[in-house]
Amino acid sequence: MFAGIVFLPLLGAIVAGFFGRIIGDRAAQIVTCALMLVSMLLSILAFVDVALGGNPRTVELFTWIQSGALDVSWALKVDTLTAVMLIVVTVVSSMVHVYSVGYMSHDPAIPRFMAYLSLFTFFMLMLVTADNLIQMFFGWEGVGLASYLLIGFWFQKPTANAAAIKAFLVNRVGDFGFMLGIFGCFLLFDTVNFDQLFQAAPEAVGQKINFLGMQLDALTTVCLLLFVGAMGKSAQFLLHTWLPDAMEGPTPVSALIHAATMVTAGVFMVARLSPMFEYAPQALMVVTFFGAITAIFAATVGMVQNDIKRVIAYSTCSQLGYMFFAIGVSAYSAAIFHLMTHAFFKALLFLGAGSVIHAMSDEQDIRKMGGIWKLIPLTYGLMWIGSLALAGVPFFAGFYSKDIILESAFASGSQIGHFAFWLGILAAFLTAFYSWRLLILTFHGKPRADHHVMEHVHESPKVMTIPLIVLALGAIFAGFVGYEAFVGDGRAEFWGASILVLEGKDVIEAAHHVPLWVKLLPIVVGAAGIATAYFVYMLRPGTADAIAEQWRPVYLFLLNKWYIDELYDFLFVRPVRWLGRFLWKEGDGRVIDGFGPDGVAFTTRLISQRTALLQSGYLYHYAFAMMVGVVVLVTWYVFSRMA
Amino acid sequence: MTSSWPLLSLVTFLPLVGALFILVTRGEPDVVARNARNMALWTSLITFFLSLMIWAQFDNSTAEFQLVEKVEWMPEFGIGYHMGVDGISMFFVLLSTLLTPICVLASWESVKHRVKEYMIAFLVLETMMVGMFCALDLVLFYVFFEAVLIPMFIIIGIWGGARRVYAAFKFFLYTLLGSVLMLLAILAMYFDAGTTDLPTLMQHGFDAGMQYWLWLAFFASFAVKVPMWPVHTWLPDAHVEAPTAGSVILAGVLLKMGGYGFIRFSVPLMPEATEFFAPLVFALSIIAIIYTSLVALAQEDMKKLIAYSSVAHMGFVTMGIFTLTMQGMQGAIFQMLSHGIVSGALFLCVGVVYDRLHTREISRYGGLVNNMPRYALVFMVFMLASVGLPGTSGFVGEFLSLMGAFQANTWVAFLASTGVVLGAAYMLYLYRRMIFGTLDKDDVKAMLDLNWREKAIFAPLIVLVLWMGIYPATFLDVMAVSVENLLDNYQTAIAAGQSAASTAIAAR
Repeated sequence: MFAGIVFLPLLGAIVAGFFGRIIGDRAAQIVTCALMLVSMLLSILAFVDVALGGNPRTVELFTWIQSGALDVSWALKVDTLTAVMLIVVTVVSSMVHVYSVGYMSHDPAIPRFMAYLSLFTFFMLMLVTADNLIQMFFGWEGVGLASYLLIGFWFQKPTANAAAIKAFLVNRVGDFGFMLGIFGCFLLFDTVNFDQLFQAAPEAVGQKINFLGMQLDALTTVCLLLFVGAMGKSAQFLLHTWLPDAMEGPTPVSALIHAATMVTAGVFMVARLSPMFEYAPQALMVVTFFGAITAIFAATVGMVQNDIKRVIAYSTCSQLGYMFFAIGVSAYSAAIFHLMTHAFFKALLFLGAGSVIHAMSDEQDIRKMGGIWKLIPLTYGLMWIGSLALAGVPFFAGFYSKDIILESAFASGSQIGHFAFWLGILAAFLTAFYSWRLLILTFHGKPRADHHVMEHVHESPKVMTIPLIVLALGAIFAGFVGYEAFVGDGRAEFWGASILVLEGKDVIEAAHHVPLWVKLLPIVVGAAGIATAYFVYMLRPGTADAIAEQWRPVYLFLLNKWYIDELYDFLFVRPVRWLGRFLWKEGDGRVIDGFGPDGVAFTTRLISQRTALLQSGYLYHYAFAMMVGVVVLVTWYVFSRMA
Repeated sequence: MTSSWPLLSLVTFLPLVGALFILVTRGEPDVVARNARNMALWTSLITFFLSLMIWAQFDNSTAEFQLVEKVEWMPEFGIGYHMGVDGISMFFVLLSTLLTPICVLASWESVKHRVKEYMIAFLVLETMMVGMFCALDLVLFYVFFEAVLIPMFIIIGIWGGARRVYAAFKFFLYTLLGSVLMLLAILAMYFDAGTTDLPTLMQHGFDAGMQYWLWLAFFASFAVKVPMWPVHTWLPDAHVEAPTAGSVILAGVLLKMGGYGFIRFSVPLMPEATEFFAPLVFALSIIAIIYTSLVALAQEDMKKLIAYSSVAHMGFVTMGIFTLTMQGMQGAIFQMLSHGIVSGALFLCVGVVYDRLHTREISRYGGLVNNMPRYALVFMVFMLASVGLPGTSGFVGEFLSLMGAFQANTWVAFLASTGVVLGAAYMLYLYRRMIFGTLDKDDVKAMLDLNWREKAIFAPLIVLVLWMGIYPATFLDVMAVSVENLLDNYQTAIAAGQSAASTAIAAR
């Protein structure tokens, strides 16, 4: 069953990828979608069996790398944590597959697109079923590859190519940390298999490791290195720059990879490694810090962006920040809960945005939209549901998961926890604000598009709206349904051994007993955010521009994403290019070749030319040289005899 | 263990026999060329299948040399014709015999003049390469090791590009310097031990003071072959000027001679010097990885770019070897095998478009995915293997050698790991400029996708890249015992050296 879940998408990718041209577009769509749906059904069965039935197990396939003490196998490990991820990944992926049939119907390369989607799903499933760090790394890099291919799917567009490379490279920077973390684990524990690592972790508390000449706490160092990998994949502050650019890819890709699944891999990784992170409290503090900063940073930037997809991308970034600070305060189950609800409502928002873009003849700038809500009522309604869930309005999915995260942060009682709590509250206000800014600018007001576009505005076909409805159901009910098991009283039984929280650090329990104002505050700020957006954009259009004019430096700072791209360009990209040229022309060309082979050759030629001059061919020259020689020899002989 | 058949000698000298047959063919130039091609292809294919017999007969469970052949050659000097393979050398033999038929096929149409001589050169080259990996006598090794250069020198110098003579001489100048020093070291060893037989020398135990000089002399020769920074500048020129098949063999096999030499001679014969000089090798390896990756980023000529990337990848090899850990050593050997296939294949990929457009300038291409989708896919596979994506052969070697490095020294692993980021940068950048984008140049539009011959060349290489990436156990298992034995002996020698030193101090 597990093998079916993981390998059916791969089969679909192979069939569509290699035989797409032979079997045609329609067949490629049917094969990939059908296999994906089967994989989804199997995942649901696996979830019932493993998570609800309490029957976690590991299927070993075959040896992968065996070298000395290092012994790694291809394996499928399914416990509750994995089972949840299986559901999330396969459901969203199936819906995106089906949606793509409609969305990409005018594209000339349909089989290739379907193949990439299935390939991505395969790698993602390998990632979540890994039973060791290296297989996780395989899935990790694999989803990165699929992301690269899909961002650059429209390879004629230079911007898409640039974004694809950027995504791969920034992720590689994260992977650099991930790899060092794996090496560190192996150095400490002589293994990289999860079960053995988790067993050995408690004994490593207080152990030191020599890293870059410093004596550091071993577990903290290793965990932080691994977290660098998570930061890259989950677009946390400083390594987030690739995610907004990744919106160059087709919209279904943004929904699947850059909202629901791949970007949450980092969250999953840290949750999976909870038995290690729990023993590295300082590492958890760093995680909290970066999570909180990302949550607020991305929300501020999302407030002023004008591209519909970029607004949602920054929102994703921000929500990932929430998940990370939840993890940082040991509320792993809350983080995974939010991961799940977020997958539904964010995929819904992205696909809804795709539906809007489709309706608006590929326009993405919300300044050129408006006044279309009557024309596409279904999409409009679905976007409302997504936004309500995102803003944490009561009884939608996001409400349950976001609240428990904020309450946990507060309940943790630590300074860093409170820091995260307040930033999280502020970000919640901004989230509600930008969500309604988006809704109002996109759907309401006077139409700002030209009449050609407006005449073409149409509701999307069923093949696109049905997946949206499925996701909308998730966005409405997932929180309510999952609450009890994920973070309620049933949580201990539900999660079993898949997540470890140390004794006395059960913040989820404490979160249920926080003061009432803490529970109400997120709702209040959410409502305030919505009200502000309504006031600024609906009642008094033009207010926003006036504010932007008045606060121009701040506005520009936010619009330009805190100038981080420019900073990186200045700090890394340009120097590296310059250095490459310099080392080539000066280092290799002038110094090494100059003194090495070319220099030697030149000197040899010089000497030989000089020597050649001696051979003049005149007899008296040679005779003279011989005389000199004889004199020297005789002198030497005489002197040596005398001594 | 001796076998009834002199299998290693057969594999070694069969190509030479083929070369002789080609030499004596006479007739119309066209007919001679066709016969030479066919003869070379069949000879190299038969050699390859024969070499698979070595693998079939190979016993994984012992570190002893296998399929040993020992004939007296110059008995009064203790020099013998001694051949044998172990888990370390066996796959290098197979790599050589695999790449030769591929090279012959790759030159099928692109070499048009002096076909006969060209094929002879390649078959002679194969004999020398295989002999070198099998030789268990220093003098025999030296003969093969140096003789390899002659056909290579000729291939670059005759069938090369515009600046072929400069490149050929640069290549020769660099390698010659090292060779002379190595010859001196071999003589010194002979006068000290009275024999040049490798297994005997391994038991000999050279004096620590002498080891340092010997090590440096061997290092001079091997470092040029690898090539290590700063003696790498011959490689870009040699690659750029060499014909496609020449580049394939150069990157695929000749670069491995240095790494193989370190493992076969430097580590077991001079353990204390190896330990002493390991930091030097680390430093040079790291510089190689970072420096050449940066330089690769700035290249406009695709062959030069891949040549520089080779230097960076070989940096992982030298680093891995001198970590003297199981993972580092196995990773280094695996990386050499993987690089042999991947970089060879990348040069073949360059050859494909070079045959069609006759330029290596990257900016002359662009948008190839539109009219050459199969080529784009093949190139993608090898690009990803070069980048070290898990699931391809490139990952296993790179990862293991870095893992070894982390155990030896975290700084080394840290700095070398930056190569993983830079490596992705220059390869993706190359791929984007050549394959992606719009197809707007008329002559590029006219290029056709891979033909059957080219598909036949790439297919086995792709299979190998994935096989080595997904189930590397096939290869790691073969070398495990030999590497373990090598490291055990090394540790023993180091421990013995230390206890000798401490007793000396105690006696004082």
